[in-house]
Amino acid sequence: MRKRNLSALVLGATLASSGYAATEIQWWHAMGGALGEKLNSIVADYNASQDLYEVKASYKGNYTETMTAAIAAFRAKQQPHLVQVFEVGTASMMSAKGAIYPVHQLMKESGQAFNGDAFLSAVTGYYTDSDGNMLSMPFNSSTPVLYFNKELMAKAGVQAPATWNEMDSVGKKLQDAGISCGFTTAWQSWVHLENLSARHNVPFATKANGFGGFDTELAFNGPLQVAHINKMGEWQKNGIFSYSGRTNDGAAKFYSGECAMYTESSAGYAGIKRNAPFEFGVVELPYWKDQVTEPSNTIIGGASLWALQGKAADDYKGVASFLSYLSRADVQADWHQFSGYLPITKAAFDLTKGQGFYEKNVGTDVSVNQMLTGTPTENTKGLRLGNFVQIRGVIDEALESVWNGDADAQAALDNAVKRGNVLLRKFEKAN
Amino acid sequence: MNVTFPHKVLPWLLLLPQLAVTAIFFLWPAEKAVEQAFYQEDAFGLSREFVGLENFVDLLTDPYYYESIVVTLIFSFSVAFLGIAVALLLATMANRVIHSQLFYQTLLIWPYAVAPALAGVIWWIMFDPSIGPVAQWLKFWGIQWNHYLNSTDAMILVVIAATWKQISYNFLFFLAGLQAVPRSLIEAAAIDGASPIKRFWTIVFPLLSPTTFFLLVVNLVYAFFDTFGIIDATTGGGPGQSTKIMVYKVFDDGFIGLDLGSSAAQSVILMGVVGIMTVIQFRFIERKVQY
Repeated sequence: MRKRNLSALVLGATLASSGYAATEIQWWHAMGGALGEKLNSIVADYNASQDLYEVKASYKGNYTETMTAAIAAFRAKQQPHLVQVFEVGTASMMSAKGAIYPVHQLMKESGQAFNGDAFLSAVTGYYTDSDGNMLSMPFNSSTPVLYFNKELMAKAGVQAPATWNEMDSVGKKLQDAGISCGFTTAWQSWVHLENLSARHNVPFATKANGFGGFDTELAFNGPLQVAHINKMGEWQKNGIFSYSGRTNDGAAKFYSGECAMYTESSAGYAGIKRNAPFEFGVVELPYWKDQVTEPSNTIIGGASLWALQGKAADDYKGVASFLSYLSRADVQADWHQFSGYLPITKAAFDLTKGQGFYEKNVGTDVSVNQMLTGTPTENTKGLRLGNFVQIRGVIDEALESVWNGDADAQAALDNAVKRGNVLLRKFEKAN
Repeated sequence: MNVTFPHKVLPWLLLLPQLAVTAIFFLWPAEKAVEQAFYQEDAFGLSREFVGLENFVDLLTDPYYYESIVVTLIFSFSVAFLGIAVALLLATMANRVIHSQLFYQTLLIWPYAVAPALAGVIWWIMFDPSIGPVAQWLKFWGIQWNHYLNSTDAMILVVIAATWKQISYNFLFFLAGLQAVPRSLIEAAAIDGASPIKRFWTIVFPLLSPTTFFLLVVNLVYAFFDTFGIIDATTGGGPGQSTKIMVYKVFDDGFIGLDLGSSAAQSVILMGVVGIMTVIQFRFIERKVQY
């Protein structure tokens, strides 16, 4: 009796505060800091735009923590409606057939107008199944680019390199001008193996990078990758490259002017703009011109939104309505311009162009153009590998052993492939 | 005058809360871990497959697992040794201070209140090769510090960070121990002409041996189990695998990698290791301890 009174009281309080019984939609995300504030304002705008649903966004820590929290919650039957999962978690999510509610199906069953073709295929390719159905809603996608310190480059009298072949001479000239570090990188596996492979249209793994099935095997120990990592090891030794950790800690070296260039996600733009006390420029991710004449598109990083099963049918109407709102051109264009993430729809890209944003902010369209180079092939569509979080760990370890001179590139990559394949077989077995 | 308590039920009733806590927070999860170690399961718990001892076989045939064991041993013993030695030194000094003793004591106990992850972040900033003041200072003296690349540097960093957190705890026990040493013994030795150093090693230190032994056990257990927050915030187990201690590997494989079977198998092995370690300590080392 007392319990009932209490719940009535709680219910009454909620009703009193909102004035009506809006269905609550829970969204767990991993956007902290300035991005988190922006996300909250998007949610607030949506809530104000209609009165049937109320989206409650909760920050659950970094990508890994958010994904793990959602999985733990699912096991305890306390899952949110929507969860933001980073791109490396894609295979884990899509193989969890009973746990996820594919977005294309969700939209159709909720009666929301939904056109998969409105999205940039280079972005959605990562999140569609082999039949072309979108399984999750892309939200924040980015791709690696090369940032450079204009003042230091001018001091050494060099231009930002368009190809890796030029890096040698650019790096040496920088050193002659007294700049000890040519470039540093964030997310080494993503930039220097995953995207390196895509840019040269070389497979990172067999079976169309894992899209063709779970029986895929890693293939990043080919001649291109070995040559690149070998060269990077050489550069690390002579100071043209300076390793600064597995995530994006290298930003400090770029901000402080220690390193003249920095390969990092396009979404690093907001942070660099805020923190760099110098003029900076953005160019496309370099490629090896002796390997390809025309580089291919790069692949994305970032995260997408997955709907989870197990909620009332009516709730999913709210989820669908919110997803529609998120992909509206004005909402997406605003998010893209604020964060440096890619616009996920063609309309958002055109709107941003129409607003003259790219002219006012030179370099912000580099990432978009780089993504839209050519038609995505099976090597450039994306990666779908199980246990990918662990595989990235294995790759990080292998690369570190090259940077500190413990192993040569071929041996390190061969070993990483071997260890990674064991993880893939494990995943295949568990699913 | 023997007092007897005829109750049969009451003692059990009084024990019940403690038993319940042990059952819920130790026995039940431990049983779950043992069970999980024999399965391979997808992250969402939608399908699971009984694989017998495969998770254990995978681990015991994996050279990287042995590497992790070696790393753990180096790390734990360094932390325990350094933590005890430095705390003993500080406690002896704080015990001799006459003015503002309380002030020093409070200051030394402070780090214990800092959360492990926070301690990790503090040390990470101090030693960052580009922006860290300590790294800059070392550079000034011609020492190139880079824990992102250099395995030894990384190990030194995590040992310092983990030890720093534990020194306060050790300090507290040593200070209490030192204050319990009878003054008359030390005075007698002083009258006999023993130097302060001789007095310390022949009288004070042996009297502190039960405390030291207790702290050795506690510190080893701390280094084994409680330090993954520090590792995560400073090196993340790298470079390579050079600071991936066993408990961090459990966290990394289970929590980050979502490989619950292997993670559970590792927990079971770790449980066994600590059990054996405790037995060894109490069976063999304790004999050398005088109470």
